[in-house]
Amino acid sequence: MPDPLVACEGVSFTYRRGTPMEALALRGISVDIRPREAMALIGPTGSGKSTLVQLFNGLLRPTEGTVRVAGQDLWGPRADRRRARQQVGLVFQFPEYQLFEETVRRDVAYGPERLSLGEAEVAERVDEALHAVGLDPSRFGDRSPFALSGGEMRRVALAGVLAMRPTVLVLDEPTAGLDPRGKEEILARLELLHRQGLAVVVITHNMDEVARLADRVVVLAEGRVVMTGSPAEIFRRDEDLRRVGLGLPQAARLVRALRARGLPVADALTMSAARAAIVAAVRAGT
Amino acid sequence: MREPFFEVEDLRFTYHRQSDRAQAVVALDGLSCVIGRGEYVGVVGGNGSGKSTLAKHLNALLLPTGGQVRVAGVDTRAPEGAWAARRRVGMIFQNPDNQLVATVVEEDVAFGPENLGVPPAEIRRRVDQALDAVGMAAFRRRAPHLLSGGQKQRVAIAGVLAMHPESIVLDEPTTMLDPQGRAEVLEVVRTLNRRDGITIVLISHAMEDLIDAERIIALDSGRIVLDGPAARIFDRLAEAPLGPLAPPPIAALARWLREDGVEVPPGVHTVDALADALSGLFEPGGASHA
Repeated sequence: MPDPLVACEGVSFTYRRGTPMEALALRGISVDIRPREAMALIGPTGSGKSTLVQLFNGLLRPTEGTVRVAGQDLWGPRADRRRARQQVGLVFQFPEYQLFEETVRRDVAYGPERLSLGEAEVAERVDEALHAVGLDPSRFGDRSPFALSGGEMRRVALAGVLAMRPTVLVLDEPTAGLDPRGKEEILARLELLHRQGLAVVVITHNMDEVARLADRVVVLAEGRVVMTGSPAEIFRRDEDLRRVGLGLPQAARLVRALRARGLPVADALTMSAARAAIVAAVRAGT
Repeated sequence: MREPFFEVEDLRFTYHRQSDRAQAVVALDGLSCVIGRGEYVGVVGGNGSGKSTLAKHLNALLLPTGGQVRVAGVDTRAPEGAWAARRRVGMIFQNPDNQLVATVVEEDVAFGPENLGVPPAEIRRRVDQALDAVGMAAFRRRAPHLLSGGQKQRVAIAGVLAMHPESIVLDEPTTMLDPQGRAEVLEVVRTLNRRDGITIVLISHAMEDLIDAERIIALDSGRIVLDGPAARIFDRLAEAPLGPLAPPPIAALARWLREDGVEVPPGVHTVDALADALSGLFEPGGASHA
C-alpha cells in the first residue's frame, strides 16, 4: 500500500485547555488519507469533524498524538507547516465569505503569488485552477467575484485552493447553502478532480452525496472514529447510523421500504442504481 | 377559501450595495401572492432569487419600496403596522447560534415574552408550553451552547412560540443541521401547523425539506415563476428543471421509472409514497401474473 498523504495517530484535541471551559473535541483518533481516494467524513453536529480537518494541515496542534503529512511529523523539530498547508488544501464552510479581491483572477492568484513563483507560473496556475472548477478564465477572470452566483463564488474559492496544487483537497460541507444547480456544479467538479487523481476528503451531512462521491466513509461520534468502510458497508449498518444521528441515502431507504412491502429489489445507494434495481425487479415480477 | 393571512401585492424592494451606491439592486420585482391562515407554504428559488428578502417582508424586518404587504389585514407600513406584524409572525433563521441569547434554555425562551411585558406567571406557563411543543422540556436548565444543532434550533422555535405567534417564517432552518436535527425540526414544524393551525412559510433549497408543504411558491429574479399545490410543482420540476431548481430526488426517480415503462402515478415524491405505488404493481390481481 502506498504511503498515506496524511496520517493521524492517536490524536486528541482539547479546546480551551487548562481553563474551566475546557472541552475535549477529539479522543485518540487514528485515520489516514490515501493517495487518489475519495473519503467522506460524516458524523452528527459537534462530533469533531471540522476540528479533525484543521489538524490535517497544522492549523490546530493536537494535544496528544502525531499528525504526519507526506511522512513529516507536522509538529516535529524540522516541521515545515507552510509546505504542509500547500499539500493539504483546506476549503472551509462558506469559503466565498473569504473572497476579497477585485477580480476573480486576482483572488485566485493570491495564494500562489506568495509562493515566490514567477509571474508566468502564477498566471498558468490561475488559469489551470479556474478551468478545473469549470470557470473559463477569459470569461470570468476579470469579473468581480461579488457579481457571481453563489455556486460560482464558491468555485472561485475552490480554485484559490487548487492553485496551490495540493495533493489532497479537504472540503468542509462544500454544498451547504447552495441551490440545487450550485450543488450539482460543485459535486460534478469534485468527481472530476477525483477521477483525475486528486485525493478528496469531504465533510457532509448529506448521505446522498456520500453515496455519490465517496469510496471510503469515516464516521465520527463524540470525538471518536466509530465506523470506517465502503459506502455499501457503512449504509448496511443503519441501526448504528441512526444511533449517532445519521441516516441512509434516499435510494437505500427506498430499497428498504420496498423490501418491507415484499418487493425483492437489489441493493442501491444512488438514484440511478435504484432505477435499474426497480426496473429489473418489476420486469422479473410481471 | 381560507381567510387571507399574508397579502402581498406587487411587492418591490430595491436596495443599494455598500460597495456601489450608484447602482440599485432589484431584489423583489413586483411579486403578488396571498397566503391563507393555517397554510403550510414552501418557498424555493436559487441563490439570489429573493426568497430571504420576501421572508423579511412577512414580519416587517424589511418594508416594501413599492407595493404592499398586509399581515392579518394590516399594512406593514401603516403606523404600528410593523410592530403588529412582528407580534403575529415569528422568524427562524439558518444558524441557531445567532438566535440564542441566554445562558440557560428556559431563560432564552422567556426572553421574548419578557420583552412584551407578559406577567411572570403567564411567562412561566408559556415557556413550559413552548418547550413541551418542541420536545425540549427535559433540557430547560441546560446551557444552549452545549445542545446539538437540531436541539438549538428547536429552542429557537420555542422562543418564537412563547410569543404566541399566528405564523412562523423559517429561512433555511435546516442548512446547518445533521440528518437527525433536520428531521426533528421538520417534525416540530409539521405538528405546529397540523395541530395548532400556525401558518408556516418555510424557505429552503432542499426540496426534501418541503414535502410537508401543501403549496410551493418558486421565485426567480425577484418574481414568482411557479405557484401551486406541492405535488403538481414537484412533478412539473421532474419533467424539466426550472433554472436552478430541481425536483425532490424521489420525484425525479418516479419520472425515470415512468420513462422505463413502470407505472407510477403522478404526485409521488416521498420514499413511502413511491414504495406504496410500486408494491401495488405486485399485488395479487394487479399487474403481476407471475
